[in-house]
Amino acid sequence: MTLRRVMFVLLALSIVALPMGGRAWAQAKEMFVPSLVYRTGPYAPSGVPFANGMWDYLTMLNERDGGINGVKLVVEECETQYDTKQGVECYERLKGKNGGAMAFNPLSTGITYQLIPKAAVDKVVVHSMGYGMTAASDGRWFPWVFTFPTTYWSQASSVIRYIGQQEGGLEKLKGKKIVHIYHNSPYGKEANPTLEELARKYGFELTLLAVDHPGQEQKATWLQVRRINPAWIYMSGWGVMNQVAVKEAASVNFPMDHFIGNWWSASEADVIPAGDGAKGYKGATLHAPGASFKVHADIVKYVYDKGKNIGPKDKIGEALYNRGVTNAMYMTEAFRTAMAKYGNKPLTTEQVRWGYEHFNLTDARLDQIGLKGFTHPVKVTCEDHEGNGPVLIQQWDGKKWNVVSEWVQPMREVVRPKLETAAVEEGKKLGYTMRDCSKEN
Amino acid sequence: MIYREAGQFKSTYAADQAVFPIRQDRIIGGLALVAAVVALPLVADEYWLQAVLIPFLIYSLAALGLNLLTGYAGQVSLGTGGFMAVGAYSAFKLSSAFPWLSIIIVFLLAGLVTALVGLAFGIPSLRIKGFYLAVATLAAQFFLVWLFNKVAWFTDYASSGTITAPPRTVLGVMVTGPEATAPVRYLAALAMVALFAVIAKNLVRGRVGRSWMAIRDRDIAAEIIGVRPLRTKLLAFSISSFFCGVAGAEYVFLYLGSAETLAFDINVSFLVLFMVIIGGLGSILGSFLGAAFIVMVPIFLTNMPHLLGVAMPVALQKQIELMVFGGLIVLFLIVEPNGLARLWQIGKEKLRLWPFPY
Amino acid sequence: MLDLLYAVVVGPVKDMVGAPTFLAEVVIGGLAAGLMYSLVALGFVLIYKASGVFNFAQGVMVLFAALTLVGLMERGVPLVPALALTMLVMVALAFAIERVVLRPLVNQEQIILFMATIGLNFFLEGFGELAWGSNVKKLDVGIPDSSFMVWGIQINRLEMTAALTAAVLVAVMAVFFQRTRIGRALRAVADDHEAALSIGIPLNTIWIVVWSVAGLVAIVAGIMWGAKSGVQFSLSLIALKALPVLILGGFTSVPGAIVGGLIIGVGEKIAEVYWGPLVGGAIENWFAYVLALAFLLVRPQGLFGEKIIERV
Repeated sequence: MTLRRVMFVLLALSIVALPMGGRAWAQAKEMFVPSLVYRTGPYAPSGVPFANGMWDYLTMLNERDGGINGVKLVVEECETQYDTKQGVECYERLKGKNGGAMAFNPLSTGITYQLIPKAAVDKVVVHSMGYGMTAASDGRWFPWVFTFPTTYWSQASSVIRYIGQQEGGLEKLKGKKIVHIYHNSPYGKEANPTLEELARKYGFELTLLAVDHPGQEQKATWLQVRRINPAWIYMSGWGVMNQVAVKEAASVNFPMDHFIGNWWSASEADVIPAGDGAKGYKGATLHAPGASFKVHADIVKYVYDKGKNIGPKDKIGEALYNRGVTNAMYMTEAFRTAMAKYGNKPLTTEQVRWGYEHFNLTDARLDQIGLKGFTHPVKVTCEDHEGNGPVLIQQWDGKKWNVVSEWVQPMREVVRPKLETAAVEEGKKLGYTMRDCSKEN
Repeated sequence: MIYREAGQFKSTYAADQAVFPIRQDRIIGGLALVAAVVALPLVADEYWLQAVLIPFLIYSLAALGLNLLTGYAGQVSLGTGGFMAVGAYSAFKLSSAFPWLSIIIVFLLAGLVTALVGLAFGIPSLRIKGFYLAVATLAAQFFLVWLFNKVAWFTDYASSGTITAPPRTVLGVMVTGPEATAPVRYLAALAMVALFAVIAKNLVRGRVGRSWMAIRDRDIAAEIIGVRPLRTKLLAFSISSFFCGVAGAEYVFLYLGSAETLAFDINVSFLVLFMVIIGGLGSILGSFLGAAFIVMVPIFLTNMPHLLGVAMPVALQKQIELMVFGGLIVLFLIVEPNGLARLWQIGKEKLRLWPFPY
Repeated sequence: MLDLLYAVVVGPVKDMVGAPTFLAEVVIGGLAAGLMYSLVALGFVLIYKASGVFNFAQGVMVLFAALTLVGLMERGVPLVPALALTMLVMVALAFAIERVVLRPLVNQEQIILFMATIGLNFFLEGFGELAWGSNVKKLDVGIPDSSFMVWGIQINRLEMTAALTAAVLVAVMAVFFQRTRIGRALRAVADDHEAALSIGIPLNTIWIVVWSVAGLVAIVAGIMWGAKSGVQFSLSLIALKALPVLILGGFTSVPGAIVGGLIIGVGEKIAEVYWGPLVGGAIENWFAYVLALAFLLVRPQGLFGEKIIERV
């Protein structure tokens, strides 16, 4: 019976304590940056390095420079477990906190779809870097959503261009068999229309193989791959599907250097279980791998040596860690762009949006930051929130990723028209009207 | 002392059979309703409405549906996520094909479509019982989710593969779409849930509910006394699916705004089942209590470190949250296996005798 | 209309017959995959057979066992002591579960016990991640994951090892349940807790024994699946793929788990490879359930399950 009393007391306490949600406290000379992460749950192996990269870069700026132009960044992580519901909960809880969130990086396509309509109403920037809704790259319909430096459709065209390069020219693709193994979700299917159009254009035989979530068991898929015997495989995978796919490819003796994963299928976590079998596996990426840049040295000096880190030191420079660094870098450079116009003080979200829309990252600036050659220069305009960036192809050598190509440009002439049509469709669904970019600054 | 029915006499059969026969119950219920409709939207901030109350209402509707099927009719079903998906996608198709149709009618029609689908998937229940049926309903879950993923017609051939709630008004007020404010959506969800709770309560107190409970308790005996198992079970499946379908439509239109099939995967099915079991099988109030528990406890656990002023790394926090949540479930089951509704009943009985112990 | 019929019925059959070595590969692959599912289903069967509990947490126990094994090996413990230590951990877990979850819920309804295992599931999820971290871990027990060719058919070493292990495990289980005293006691407990108590069977000891054995099966399943995909959270989702095996074979039958696994495995793969492309692929998941459902309609308690005798 005492157990029952304990129960009643607990219930009563919780009813009393529930309404006391933590409320905001605004501080001067600070900007609030929420960081939506997934450090637990099924996608934690991918989420943890990303979260660490983001945290480390922003903390490094605070420690080394005292913030951005003297304005400190207040970073708060919120765990979403890659779950849409929890992502929405994090967003609602943090959007008004500490004077207002400056920008959101949802880190999940599902959560991005939820936040896109809310972003325009709550007037906060949503930056879905290389994921999310590709159609939102048309800034005339989605002024508050940014997808730079590039999107899935552009990536698919870049990968085809790379394959063409490897085969000795895009004309040589005619009659070759290419298989796209994709996660059976809207994310995985993103590349399919682009690939189908390129198959028509260049004459290669495209086979689309879906792998059902979560993709723990892929025997049937790889049996079909063996039967088709393609020249190249492109994969849009996620989570455990990546690890299993790489292992299966190795065990059916598929030439790993003809197996290219997209930028969410090419991280350390994806190749470790396969061990030596994964050697030669290629992947697309938005930035260079490795920890040899000045920024990394600064991160070690200002964050790890001072004990302000969350993750372990030996994981600096991993593929997804660098992705987090890239995301944080884009965000802070956008802040800087806005401050250049509006002054070195805490910004409003409208000003942040202006900063994102006039984002112009040059090689020189990258050098200044300490990331020379890390990513490709990006220019964002009112119509083009994608930046139409190229990708790098990296290859796993058993111990680390190495870059094995130059920046491979996407096929803008194929991707952009489809993107514009999709943007009109998605924008109309939400009841938006198209902006006229020529009338704005 | 306060909660006594001494002096309350009924003079008509109707009064005797009322849902809330005790006057104090009626007063408290009325006050609660007024608070929920008037006070809460004024007092609660957007976070509370958007992230706690609206999902609570929507999940209670789904839990209500599942409770009718599992708690009253005894058919364990794990296909709730799939049925909610049917409701959501059919609501989307209907509202995009007939933009002039009022959104309330769209929800009801979506529920109807789901009822038909539920009817089809309920047919195996005539032959299969118990946990076998539960696992067989997973076939419905996986198939429906696959169907919506695969057939582009359901998303109107959207390149993104997701469905988006279009902006719709009711009586001139924007109810769905990005412009709809949280209080309006909250009131819409509240109205729907209240309506369906009344319908469900009347169903279970009437002939239909009794035939369900007969099937649940001793289905062979029930068949012998004339309760037709085919009709009863299929009716249970279809009505339950109706509720779940409407809940699914509300899930996308009033809460999320847009959704892909991952929002309706098997976790949703399990979540609603947990709500029903924790709240109390075979109890209307139990569905609400269970939904409140499952929706609010994780949020409470997430916010607790802030309240206590303790800074914890988010991963550790989430892991402890999971452990506490699991532990709480086991604790509840040990203390009261019949769910929160039974605890509520015991509380009311104790209140009648208070301050005396017996 | 006729084209549709042709495409659905004749086409795939022609395809199958036209390439017999490939068909053999699909069948062998299906058998192997099915046995991997059976390994997980076995844990469910054991616990249901002996304590009447449908253990929702079995998937997480597989994950937990694999995590513990890999965690110990990462800290430098060699394979055999690590296996022994993991077994000890699973026995300790069985003790804890019996004391905290099962003892207070003696003779409650099945669905209540099911819910309790759900609570256990959440708890172990959080605890496993807390204790061992959330990265992907490589599991290397010395079984190579390469393939070799036999008569033009590609066969995978890891899968063959898993199949063999499953066969041995099942044989041991079958003997255990049929021939030993403890096995009989377990079956008595599954029938009726209170009756078993009244004739003097030590309920608590039996439960600890059975959950420990299920823990052992979980370790084996964890090793096989972990070797295939690396040890990470998604391992617990394997339970969902094992459920059709469970319902096809019957909740209470150990040979049923194997036969069910084989049928589901082969059925799944053949459907996916030959009929999948017609509808765009990825039909494996729901097809397994539909297949099991079809069998259930003929035999409502699974192929080998106990016939439920209902009385008024």
